[in-house]
Amino acid sequence: MAVDTTPATPAGQSAAQRPGTASRLRLLGSGDAVITGVLVLFLVVAALSVEGFASARNTGFLLLDVVVIVLIALPLTLVIVTGEIDLSVASTVGLSSAVMGQLWFAGLPLETVIPLCLLLGAVLGAVNGFFVTRLGLPSLAVTIGTLALYRGLAFVVLGDRAVADFPRSWTTWAISTIGGTGIPVVVVPLLVLVLVTAVVLHATPIGRSLYAMGNSEDAARFSGIDVGRTKFWLFVVTGVVSALGGVYWTLRYGSARADNAQGLELQVIAAILLGGVSIFGGRGGLLGVLAGALLLGSVRNALQLENVPADVLNIVTGGLLVVAVVAPQVAARVRNRTRSRPAGPPSAPPARPATDPRPSTDPAVQVPADQRGNR
Amino acid sequence: MTSFLTRRRLQGGVTGFAVAALVLTTAACGGTTRGEEETTSGGGDAAASANPDAEIPEGLAVGFLPKQVNNPYFSVASAGAEAATGEFSGEYTETGPSEASASSQVSYINTLSQQGTDVILTSANDPNAICSALDQARSAGSSVVTFDSDTDPECRDVFINQATTEGIAQTQVDLIAEQIGGAGQVAILSATANATNQNTWIAAMEEYAATEYPDIEFVATVYGDDEDEKSFQETQGLLQTYPDLAGIISPTTVGIAAAARYLSGSEFKGQVALTGLGTPNQMREYVQDGTVQSFALWNPEELGYLAAYAGAALAAGQITGAAGETFEAGELGQYTVESDGVVVLGDPTVFTAENIDDFDF
Repeated sequence: MAVDTTPATPAGQSAAQRPGTASRLRLLGSGDAVITGVLVLFLVVAALSVEGFASARNTGFLLLDVVVIVLIALPLTLVIVTGEIDLSVASTVGLSSAVMGQLWFAGLPLETVIPLCLLLGAVLGAVNGFFVTRLGLPSLAVTIGTLALYRGLAFVVLGDRAVADFPRSWTTWAISTIGGTGIPVVVVPLLVLVLVTAVVLHATPIGRSLYAMGNSEDAARFSGIDVGRTKFWLFVVTGVVSALGGVYWTLRYGSARADNAQGLELQVIAAILLGGVSIFGGRGGLLGVLAGALLLGSVRNALQLENVPADVLNIVTGGLLVVAVVAPQVAARVRNRTRSRPAGPPSAPPARPATDPRPSTDPAVQVPADQRGNR
Repeated sequence: MTSFLTRRRLQGGVTGFAVAALVLTTAACGGTTRGEEETTSGGGDAAASANPDAEIPEGLAVGFLPKQVNNPYFSVASAGAEAATGEFSGEYTETGPSEASASSQVSYINTLSQQGTDVILTSANDPNAICSALDQARSAGSSVVTFDSDTDPECRDVFINQATTEGIAQTQVDLIAEQIGGAGQVAILSATANATNQNTWIAAMEEYAATEYPDIEFVATVYGDDEDEKSFQETQGLLQTYPDLAGIISPTTVGIAAAARYLSGSEFKGQVALTGLGTPNQMREYVQDGTVQSFALWNPEELGYLAAYAGAALAAGQITGAAGETFEAGELGQYTVESDGVVVLGDPTVFTAENIDDFDF
């Protein structure tokens, strides 16, 4: 457990507690708008030109494919906003799936197995959080380690077996749809979680503190935020949600395996980055992440329907990601150049480039934190 | 104050989440345990009757979904399936994931189903994970033929078995025994740890060797995940770990080729025997340079060819997947459906320096 070392300063308090409502709304940001626009445009084009794309059945297939990605992207977005990363999410999915299979095989009721899996997820997340916040190790290194460690443990638990005799009522529920709409039932609880996460990130002091940490950890600490403790709990939540993803994954495919969701972490991170979240922290919004995940899913779905080979598909999604990361940088650079040519009044504060991953160590960084989201 | 608030709220959030999850999961019902629920058959239509004289309709849409694309073995099987589809004037598509994972096949099955494919030919990465997707495809009107790796029999109409488990296991054990003189340490280089086929064969090989060749000791099974580089490294690892290793059996085409490449460039060439399941084209140079004496495989082209004809027979209504039904598979002749909807292709072929040049796949 992190110890509260920083006494709250009045300055930090007032800065954190008085954000303008307008700026809070604008936090949803232009990056979100761009990616959402691209998504809508793509959906329209695909619906008109790809045979079989715009049907209730296909919508169901598409959504089922992105459910776990969106689910894990929720807490992981918060982690990335604080400037950290968790690469062990897919291995946590695999380990919780393996444990779920083993416990079910041992005869425990599912109603006990599932909470135990979530608890396991909390422990796995706490291990990541402990190494990152208490020992001060870089999260990239820690979670590359636990990525391998948790996957290895999954194979220790279940070996090369697959447990597949889950009750049909549960596995059918996992893929059932709401009436004839094609929309999977699980989308409803998922939307609730999306809403909760969006409110936490965009409309609470916690959310603002996450952006503050991502912009400057020192400044956040000076303004009275317990950085270590907040990050620790973020890792715990990520672990729990990933484990929940593992439980769902197991029911959705009706098969508990140690190699479930291998490589999924990259798909989740790709969706988050495509959604306009800065990998350096401090920037991005949840709407964009949602759009990013749906865009990646829709592109794959539409191209598959057009019989595009898997290799080309990987090239397209990879290229899309590179464009998504590079385009805002180029745009910002162009904007800066055109802005700096006509010399502005020297007294005006210089516009900070939007691409700058790290702001200056300005103690009052929380206000810029809001402004940066506005660009 | 801020930090206090933040912490309290976050902790509150976590607790709330955990409580909500507990409530949700426990409220579902009193307790669902294993073996309690009767599993019911999914989407099968065993009641339908077969008409052996039915014509194969023209323009059948045949979709071929291997475990993964860019796998030479499946490319050959695909060529066979495509040839057969051409013979009965169908439309052929090949699709598939770039990585051999259970779940990745599901979205491809959904796509084929959405495209209105009449016949789905697939080799399963997991016997159960693709079941619900196949059930959905079947209830939407597709006929499902599995080949190479089966699913749960409830989820498909017919399974084309390349050869019986016993036939494959015994051929490989006999080959390695012949090469190492019936005694010594043998290791197995397999595909993925969950591969249905390989696991069944390995179990059968160990059983057969225990009775027929008691002096052969199986020291390890390692997994190259059907990746060339990993299989290469696992071979290297085996030879370092077991200095007295007499032979390696690799019951997967990717594995045996990688192992042969390692052996041919190492001091163990000709010292450590290698056999298993490989394709003649991949193994030709290692047979010619003496690294490998003999290996086996059924003809995957015939496997794909037979699978496509079985799919067409299903779509035409010539067979329903019930035991005893017969159908014509082009130039391969007549086949009979056995119990559980299984159709057996035949015995594996053994390739040696003498006959390898007769084959091109």
